[in-house]
Amino acid sequence: MAVDLGNTLKNSHDAGSPISLKSESLGKDALRRLVKNRAAMVGGVIIILLYLMMIFADKIAPYDFATQTLAEQNAVPPWLMKVFPSMEPYGKPPAGDVNKYILGADYVGRDLLSRIIYGSRVSLIIAIIGPLISLIIGVVYGSISGFFGGWVDNLMMRIVDVLYAFPSLLFTILLMTFFRNSLANPAPGSFGAMLSSFDSKLGGMLFIFIGIGLTAWQTMARLTRGQVLSIKEKEFIEAARSIGSSDSRIMFRHIMPNIIGPLVVNETLMIPGYINTEAFLSFIGLGVNPPTPSWGAMISDGSKVVRTYPNQTIFPALMLAITMFAFNFLGDGLRDALDPQMRGKT
Amino acid sequence: MGKYILKRLVYMIVVLVVVSIITFGLMHSVPGGPFDKEKPLPKEIIANLEKRYHLDQPLPVQYLEYMKALVVPRVSKQKFPNTIDDDALFKFKVGDYYVNWVNFGPSYSSRSRTVNDMLRDQLPISIQLGFLAFMVAILIGMPLGILAALKQNTWIDYLCMTLAIFGVSVPVIVLGPILIWIFGVSLKWLPVTGWGAKPPFVAGFLPKTYNWNFWKYAIMPMFALGLSSSASIARLTRASLLQVIREDYIRTARAKGLKERAIIWGHALKNSLIPVVTILGPMFASLLTGTFVTETIFGIPGMGRYFVNSITARDYPVIMGTVLIYAVFLVVSNLIVDLVYGLLDPRIRFE
Repeated sequence: MAVDLGNTLKNSHDAGSPISLKSESLGKDALRRLVKNRAAMVGGVIIILLYLMMIFADKIAPYDFATQTLAEQNAVPPWLMKVFPSMEPYGKPPAGDVNKYILGADYVGRDLLSRIIYGSRVSLIIAIIGPLISLIIGVVYGSISGFFGGWVDNLMMRIVDVLYAFPSLLFTILLMTFFRNSLANPAPGSFGAMLSSFDSKLGGMLFIFIGIGLTAWQTMARLTRGQVLSIKEKEFIEAARSIGSSDSRIMFRHIMPNIIGPLVVNETLMIPGYINTEAFLSFIGLGVNPPTPSWGAMISDGSKVVRTYPNQTIFPALMLAITMFAFNFLGDGLRDALDPQMRGKT
Repeated sequence: MGKYILKRLVYMIVVLVVVSIITFGLMHSVPGGPFDKEKPLPKEIIANLEKRYHLDQPLPVQYLEYMKALVVPRVSKQKFPNTIDDDALFKFKVGDYYVNWVNFGPSYSSRSRTVNDMLRDQLPISIQLGFLAFMVAILIGMPLGILAALKQNTWIDYLCMTLAIFGVSVPVIVLGPILIWIFGVSLKWLPVTGWGAKPPFVAGFLPKTYNWNFWKYAIMPMFALGLSSSASIARLTRASLLQVIREDYIRTARAKGLKERAIIWGHALKNSLIPVVTILGPMFASLLTGTFVTETIFGIPGMGRYFVNSITARDYPVIMGTVLIYAVFLVVSNLIVDLVYGLLDPRIRFE
């Protein structure tokens, strides 16, 4: 007895059967759960505000980040002295308008608030570029490795293993020193000179991106490879092959869309790590070039005077922490929302 | 099992050789030499210095010389003189022969000390700090994660997990200065800089005494460094325990009427620790490198400060020595993790 299953289903649907197959696309379902997640939403809102602050830094910041007013070194407004009583013996408000610097001034008399606002640039840009570099390198590397298999896979994964054995922080430090010094006086017209001039235009950010990107893609490569390996064996890939699809078509049309979601989520969870690495590099003086402000560099400068002027460390430190909270909350929410085990649940 | 370990050891050596070659190449490709001073030295003096440290030889020769001093033991009938060139990490006597093994070479920036001296005096401090932070991470993270999982979806769970996210978001460079300001500057309970243990160390790396004088220096840095790792351990423990609790064998145990306590402690916990154990290895290694930052903030005389300085000073032996030692820690801790993994999960066979 042949039953036309398609027709039966269609009919039952048309008849408005009570057992309706209510289905939601994964994206919609995930979005609904993400919106319901209050922590993730708070994180998301904070991130949007931070990026707005970064984009309109010129308009918001009361002063320039590099203008030094030596007469007003370490100036402290009166309200801060009430909050940090330990500053009483050292802190003095600037002459004239005592509230000229709302958060105080640093050791060469630069407005802290303005530097914090401009300093968001480095952290927030690395939060985009870091994942992008690591995604591009990692996904290309991992998918080649997983797709071709055999000795190619073996060789490529052994290379990743070796890079894993590098203490990544030390490797980043070495790389940064390499960039900072070998490209300091490059031959004019060379590729190095191009990179170097671009880097100094960005206040030293380019090399941070490269340094962090080069050390961060291995995890992504391993993940991608694992995903490709598991998808590669599925029937629909077999089907695509049987109708004569080319390797690149299978890779980009069939495998890629299936694996990119989890990879992006994973990369979101790594964003606080990139922000942290940049802050650390700037902290030890291998990050941005002065006077470009970076929260890490500000914490470093401030921690030298934490006994006398705690405001110079604590405010940039708080900003760094808030930014990392926000990205952590959003990343967590995204992961929970896209977790297939949670589908259909609240 | 024995074969597996042997295979892994061989593989580790290959990895370390590659790491050493890359580091060697990278640091020598940075322009400038160890004897470039702000006031340039006369050419003849630099030439002499370079000759003294074999820097005038081709790079492959330098590399091989370095590796030879590092790996090949030196044996002699006479006692080795107590000079910089004849120093070694391990000095012992076999029968009539004096043996000197593992020489990391001299330090260029300090004439009177060798890299071996640094590994004897500074590295133990970094290890102590890294290990204490590791303990903080485990002892806070695991109980918090277990508690959260057992009280899933209650306020306790939410509190623990919110705390964990806060913890993950506060790196050392944020927490360090804030702790210093609160406990060191405002309350004046703890000293702001320094370390309580001084060389010589027991068994090469342990402090001699564990009195208040040791702890008062250790408390802030170990929490500053370990807290964010404890948060990630807590989250992982919770997730993994929740996963295990949903397994069929837990349902079976419940169906048999086993007490909840026996189910958790006897069945669930051990299996839920497997994913946690896998991250302990890399975590320990990252805490060890994390000591670099912590040492800078808290003024601790460990390896960190020397490494950062050594790079700017092109102190090649110090750079090589530090990277290699930390790479050894990384690969060894990964091996240990893989072995413990097998002990915890009988399904895993070593091949």
